[in-house]
Amino acid sequence: MKLARVLVLALATVLAAGASSAQAPAGMSDGVIKIGVLNDQSSLYADLAGQGSVVAARMAVEDYGAEKKGLKVEIISADHQNKPDVGSQIARQWFDADKVDVIVDVPNSGVALAINQIAKDKGKAFLVSGAATADLTGKACSPNTIHWTYDTWALANGTGNAIVKTGGDSWFFLTADYAFGHALERDTEAVVTKAGGKVVGKVRHPLNTQDFSSFLLQAQASKAKIIGLANAGGDTTNAIKQGAEFGIVRGGQNFAVLLVFITDVHSLGLPTAQGLIMTETFYWDMNDKTRAFAKRFAERDRGIHPTMIHAGVYSAVTHYLKAVEALKSDDGTKVIAKMKELPTDDPLFGKGTIRPDGRKVHPAYLFEVKKPNESKGAWDYYKLRATIPTEQAFRPVDQGECPLVVKK
Amino acid sequence: MNTQALFSQLLIGAINGAFYALLSLGLSVIFGLLNIINFAHGAQYMMGAFVAYFLLQWAGLGYWTALLIAPIVVGLLGIVIERVMLQRLYQLDHLYGLLLTFGVALVIEGVFRNEFGSSGLPYTIPPQLTGAQNLGFMFLPTYRGWVVVFSLVICLATWYVIERTKLGSYLRAATENPTLVQAFGINVPRMITLTYGFGVGLAALAGVLAAPIYQVNPLMGSNLIIVVFAVVVIGGLGSIMGSIVTGFTLGIVEGFTKVFYPEASNTVIFVIMAVVLLVRPTGLFGRAP
Repeated sequence: MKLARVLVLALATVLAAGASSAQAPAGMSDGVIKIGVLNDQSSLYADLAGQGSVVAARMAVEDYGAEKKGLKVEIISADHQNKPDVGSQIARQWFDADKVDVIVDVPNSGVALAINQIAKDKGKAFLVSGAATADLTGKACSPNTIHWTYDTWALANGTGNAIVKTGGDSWFFLTADYAFGHALERDTEAVVTKAGGKVVGKVRHPLNTQDFSSFLLQAQASKAKIIGLANAGGDTTNAIKQGAEFGIVRGGQNFAVLLVFITDVHSLGLPTAQGLIMTETFYWDMNDKTRAFAKRFAERDRGIHPTMIHAGVYSAVTHYLKAVEALKSDDGTKVIAKMKELPTDDPLFGKGTIRPDGRKVHPAYLFEVKKPNESKGAWDYYKLRATIPTEQAFRPVDQGECPLVVKK
Repeated sequence: MNTQALFSQLLIGAINGAFYALLSLGLSVIFGLLNIINFAHGAQYMMGAFVAYFLLQWAGLGYWTALLIAPIVVGLLGIVIERVMLQRLYQLDHLYGLLLTFGVALVIEGVFRNEFGSSGLPYTIPPQLTGAQNLGFMFLPTYRGWVVVFSLVICLATWYVIERTKLGSYLRAATENPTLVQAFGINVPRMITLTYGFGVGLAALAGVLAAPIYQVNPLMGSNLIIVVFAVVVIGGLGSIMGSIVTGFTLGIVEGFTKVFYPEASNTVIFVIMAVVLLVRPTGLFGRAP
């Protein structure tokens, strides 16, 4: 039947649509530092990274005073649609044809791992803020990559430990079925087992799942005390919201949200999100400097307050420019080496260092979401429960099996 | 897997199926009469949820009012689209209507995404329907039960009107031979416009039903519409009962996949679609042209 054929064709078109939406002005001469912000700009991770990361990169360039210092910097951006093939294709074009010197952000660990390899092959720089998998500084570590903001090990260590200590010793995982979810589940499982807890079951759901009821019922039937959400963005908010509907918490089980951003909390609303415990490395309301940054940022990004990913992009780009200026070159491999050599210092993360395996280290924080009556208004959502000092916040450098470190 | 779990997954599947059924029903009605493949259906579903959100935020009108008003508002917007744009395409190939509505959907979704971000906005369950019933084999949120019952009633009522009433017979006659029906003094163009408005209203109604379950999210439609189109292809285009039955059945099939092989739960419907197209290209309930 002709019509059925038309329909199927149309479906295929829709699924493929948007693949051409990456825009990148071509034909840049050298002598320009070209920064490519690559992330999800249209789907479930668009608010926690998306255009906000582009804004953060711009602010970093402006605040650094690049122009006054004689550095010509250009920023371009594209949407990888959470597809490793689309992301790789854009990265190759950026590096080969558009003379992009550094790619930043790249949430979605699947895409980030692909670009990690491409940047290494082509000797370009790759600054990761959005992606979470700790493999980027583990087995897949590269002399061209710095993993800036957080990783799955840090999340598992912070949140996992805190929850097991307060009695949550049996876990059931709801895991996003791709590199990130698998890494987060693996790292959390290790923390839970080490602390004396046990994992009684797990279920892996496709990325961008709307309905979690079936998975939640499985979690409910497992009788685990803690339901660990190894997912992010819209997947996390949907799971929590529907969990409330199915009476997960009333039934005596609790959620452990392993990765949640302030935009997710905003979207859930405090009545649903209150009491959640999570690990982050940045919160906008920490000190005067972060508050000032958040105010300027929100004005430029639809009132959204910066997530730790946005802050990480700002911080990473600032340090990158510092290294380029010191080196007077934008050669990817050399700049990354220089970045590891120089100590980091910026208004958002304070002073810090970058380890040989590419891990940027700073303290991590255990936050709890406020109750509605504790909050003074929109975006006033977190209270600090504990600070995890730098030395304990990230996986020890000798445990990641990173070839760059083992060789020594 | 024990029988308890089996029953609960069956029920969960039926709930999702209710959404598939409501949406594919609207698509079928529109296609049956207008010969338009309404790709804007997902966007219109999303708009239904947003209208409910606006009514609550700006006018303080709750869920029950939204259930009535949102479909009317979005249906009227649909009528405007039909009058201004779609009307010009009836003589042309299906592809044109499909492309136009697809474009309209992209524009609408883009505007909403730009304005409201991609994280979604909260919408709470109406107080009368909060809580849950312990059914013995599972813990059923009252609201979900409501969704199944309500959409089943709407689906069957629509089927009844189209297949069993005089108005329905006019509609069906106008599909077969518009010129002849017009010769009997029936205003066919107006009937077509109203039908489109009705189909769109059904989508918006599903949107309001979905708002308390999912976040009110500009992307909620595009996530769903692809699956719904697959449902329509499997059921057979233009068959009213076909889309209802297929909607519920596929919801259940998907529910079971989530238990036995969760990784495949977002592809199983497309696999079924491929198989059905190979074996019965007109769909399970479709008539041969």
